[in-house]
Amino acid sequence: MPRRVVAIALAALLGGTVTACASPSDGGSPDGSPSAAAGSTTTAAAGATTVTVFAAASLTEAFDELATRFEQEHPTADIVINYGGSAALARQVVEGAPADVFASAAEEPMRTLVDAGLAASPVVFATNTLQLVVPAGNPADVAGLDDLGRPELTVALCDESVPCGAASAELLERQSVTAVPDTLESDVRAVLTKVSLGEVDAGLVYRTDVLAAGDAVEGIEVTGAAFVVNRYPIAVLTDAAAAQFATDFVEFIAGAEGRAVMAEAGFGAP
Amino acid sequence: MAAPTTRVSGRLAWPVIALAGLGLALLVLPLAGLVVRAPWAELPELLARRSVLEALVLSFGTALASTAVCLVLGVPLAAVLARAADWPTVPRRLLRAAVTVPLVLPPVVGGIALLLLLGRRGLIGSVLDDWFGVTVPFSTGAVVLAQVFVALPFLVFAVEGALRSTDRRTELAAATLGASRWQVFRFVTLPLVAPGVAAGAVLCFSRALGEFGATITFAGSLPGVTRTLPIASYLAMQSDPDEAIALALLLLAVSIGVLLGLRDRWLPGVRG
Repeated sequence: MPRRVVAIALAALLGGTVTACASPSDGGSPDGSPSAAAGSTTTAAAGATTVTVFAAASLTEAFDELATRFEQEHPTADIVINYGGSAALARQVVEGAPADVFASAAEEPMRTLVDAGLAASPVVFATNTLQLVVPAGNPADVAGLDDLGRPELTVALCDESVPCGAASAELLERQSVTAVPDTLESDVRAVLTKVSLGEVDAGLVYRTDVLAAGDAVEGIEVTGAAFVVNRYPIAVLTDAAAAQFATDFVEFIAGAEGRAVMAEAGFGAP
Repeated sequence: MAAPTTRVSGRLAWPVIALAGLGLALLVLPLAGLVVRAPWAELPELLARRSVLEALVLSFGTALASTAVCLVLGVPLAAVLARAADWPTVPRRLLRAAVTVPLVLPPVVGGIALLLLLGRRGLIGSVLDDWFGVTVPFSTGAVVLAQVFVALPFLVFAVEGALRSTDRRTELAAATLGASRWQVFRFVTLPLVAPGVAAGAVLCFSRALGEFGATITFAGSLPGVTRTLPIASYLAMQSDPDEAIALALLLLAVSIGVLLGLRDRWLPGVRG
């Protein structure tokens, strides 16, 4: 993990000088092919091409695994992944962050990029639904969505500006539950961390996050969750520096092996 | 020791001036960019939003509260630190390091540390929760604690600097004339270092107002309770950049206002 962080910092430094200024006014190529003018970012020392992927926080474990597998199949490719809230990542791309691939936890942040001409032809590669998450042992006896309205409980939800928060709001409204949150976090993993530390009694996260957290937390299926489905789109960015590998990586994610890893992590089929 | 004739004019060498200009541009241009890109036409509407007003009130309230806490705890700490000059090396250095660490620590580390100490499962937090039913995180009090953690060193060092530059003989004279230790501190030492205390308080307030990392980690982010101006600005950047810019402008205006308002009285550093 620390190696990745260093790599991201380096990519930000190197990529910043290589990637020319993005031109959002360009409508983007309709066939989805990245702009031909973009060259490859080659790190001379490693002899590998760095592919920078901006991915939703909920994809952390699955994409770490997929990146490793992809690198084994393509020894000259070095996948560097920057995880975060989808909305924040999309904003960073709009502001010129040097990324090759964007994978979002909802269609709205991707739409921002498509509208700005920065991404074309996104493909939905996975789906996800929400689950209640409680610390191991369920100390506050949370049984269902209604418990989120108990004022004596400490509850963490995602802020509505990020996909998991928008989905949470939709689910709560659908089930006519008024939640009393104590904190609104800026990405789903921040909610999960606060639950696994035992600092909050309950939160709403994706079912895949519950699986990823292992024994530290328990997931509780929620009525109505099946009707609030997040669709995860992925796309090569128009200004991708490592366009070829980026395209290969997106095809790999959307392909059979990608589907298998995503299913293992608990994601639904697109 | 003849003075070099070329320096009689007092001019700096051109590379120094060029680099200084570059440094100045680095400090000023981003703020200028913020001002230029601000949605001035919509600004009144943006600033009148409930979310903005809530964050503004919360930020001011917590920053004032944490400045007060810093004054109460920081002035005595500075007094101890100033006297520590006479201590043996090891405890003196340890004390100084303990006060300096939060100054150089990334605030988010402070937030994690506070959560592990005062969280419900934390060393002290679990006791508070079991015995008194008090949970500290995710409360406005947690915001103040986070701000105190990062801002206290600013006050301590400002006051300590002032204390060290005072003439100890004044205090000794007061003591000789029969003043108790408390009277000496209250009526001689404190008035002597008042400018340092004020400068420290201003720095402390500014730092508390801008606190982000420790707050979002330890106190969370709930409108009206823990979502301060910097957190609101960060979150708005994800969904509504115009609101984020408006909030950033607000913070900039407040910071400049604080410096301007106090410059003549107490802050020698910014007196032109």
